[in-house]
Amino acid sequence: MSQISVSAGGALGNARVADASAPARIAVRALNFYYGDFHSLKHISMDFFDRQVTALIGPSGCGKSTLLRTFNRIYSLYPEQRAEGEILLDGQNILSSSVDVNELRARVGMVFQKPTPFPMSIYDNIAFGIRLYEKLPKSELDGRIEEALRKAALWDEVKDKLRQSGMGLSGGQQQRLCIARTIAQKPEVILLDEPTSALDPISTGKIEELIEQLRSEFTIVIVTHNMQQAARISQFTAFMYLGELVEFGPTNKMFMNPSKKQTQDYITGRFG
Amino acid sequence: MDATPHQVSAAAAPAWGRVRRSRQTADRALKVISTVFTLLGIAVLGWILVMLIVEGTRGLSLAVFTETTPGPGTEGGGIANAIVGSLVLTFLGIVVATPIGVLAGTYLAEYGRGSKLASMIRFVNDILLAAPSILIGLFVYTLMVQPMGGYSGWAGGVALAIIAIPVIVRTTEDMLRIVPGSLREAGAALGAPMSKVIIQISWRAARSGMVTGILLATARIAGETAPLLFTALNNNFWFSPDLMGGVSNLPVTIYQFALAPYENWRELAWAGALIITVSILALSVVARLLFRKEQAR
Repeated sequence: MSQISVSAGGALGNARVADASAPARIAVRALNFYYGDFHSLKHISMDFFDRQVTALIGPSGCGKSTLLRTFNRIYSLYPEQRAEGEILLDGQNILSSSVDVNELRARVGMVFQKPTPFPMSIYDNIAFGIRLYEKLPKSELDGRIEEALRKAALWDEVKDKLRQSGMGLSGGQQQRLCIARTIAQKPEVILLDEPTSALDPISTGKIEELIEQLRSEFTIVIVTHNMQQAARISQFTAFMYLGELVEFGPTNKMFMNPSKKQTQDYITGRFG
Repeated sequence: MDATPHQVSAAAAPAWGRVRRSRQTADRALKVISTVFTLLGIAVLGWILVMLIVEGTRGLSLAVFTETTPGPGTEGGGIANAIVGSLVLTFLGIVVATPIGVLAGTYLAEYGRGSKLASMIRFVNDILLAAPSILIGLFVYTLMVQPMGGYSGWAGGVALAIIAIPVIVRTTEDMLRIVPGSLREAGAALGAPMSKVIIQISWRAARSGMVTGILLATARIAGETAPLLFTALNNNFWFSPDLMGGVSNLPVTIYQFALAPYENWRELAWAGALIITVSILALSVVARLLFRKEQAR
């Protein structure tokens, strides 16, 4: 899989062009994951390329969210969950006990399925993450918050009510607020766990546009149940089934000409 | 093809009719019985309140709020010292109980999830919640009054705190448990250490419920009598600033005055009962309004 450059043609736009010559930002090596005794990820090895969108697809319970939740070690909040193997972020194994999880999470941001605005103002929602690791004078903090909100395509809608509660926004706005909060920390990787499954089609469209723009700066991994979404926004797609990685490749190839029959069946809706 | 369902329903009709009628009868009977008993319960409560208002307002006068409790056989007098004493004791109790209750509740909801120690503490807390308050009075009597050589406001405050702690522990834990786990995950996902997630996110999300719990605990201890009998006791004077010696308070004053052979004492007892009830009612209403307002957001 060293040099797969799929030229999808102008009509499909840049979004569909996979660039596997990009360096691997995250390298997963022989990863196994357990919920107590349940072996939920089985010997996963794959690369996530720099500033590319990689979609994880597969039926419910296949392990795609579990895989996503290893990249920031959020699973470690729950003592019965554990991961074995290696996950290299820029060459450093993040599963190693010497890695500070809080620092790791500032480098690897995450947006959840349901919008999770904190019970505080829109301004403080974004300032929360910045203040954890940086002490900025007020003017600079204001600038960072505006920048994050602009990047999340939310600035025009909230610029006059930054002091109002983030809980008062619509679902789609709340989700963009959560994305703004994540990018304000300037992470390297952004993990999106079904970020649009609780949103209406218009909000979904906005978030998808946003993901397309964020790709120029961030490496993005997205879990989605919506195959059209995976096809629209990702450069790479991984199909998982029963805790195993069935097939991984450029999105175009995965959807047009998958190598495995299982992938073909899932994509065409024959099971799952 | 379309005759069959008709035939089936026609054959089943008589049986269904009987079942339906007996169900409807049972349904109506239950509705009537439960309504009657509800009215009965409310009637008793209304009776108490009406009597309290009638008798209490008769005893009310400016002197009630300005003069100290009268000695035996003395005319007039008020309960100003008891009102102030009760405020001091309740305040002391809640100031001691709040940090302990909130932090213990936080441990149970945030750190102790699924741990054996936490379920043990929860069990003991539930026992404490149901403990007879006179027992707590006796406990503090042995622990503080005897060694310190006398009754004191401090002992009274501690006894009230012990009553308030389990209430605050329980409401704090319950309110923190309602905070969705996804909010904690979102905080942790930004790299926030657990302490920041708890203080800045969980507490803030549960704030109104936690404050409501503290207010309800305040209302609870404001009317407690038994724990004060053995600790702060009561007297006819203003409390001394060092809180040593007896501290006059409303519940024990009501207890002593209501059974006294003096008419003015009995009137003052009714007035005191009315004041305490109205204060507790006001606290509960404030707590509810606060909670509802926050929930509505």
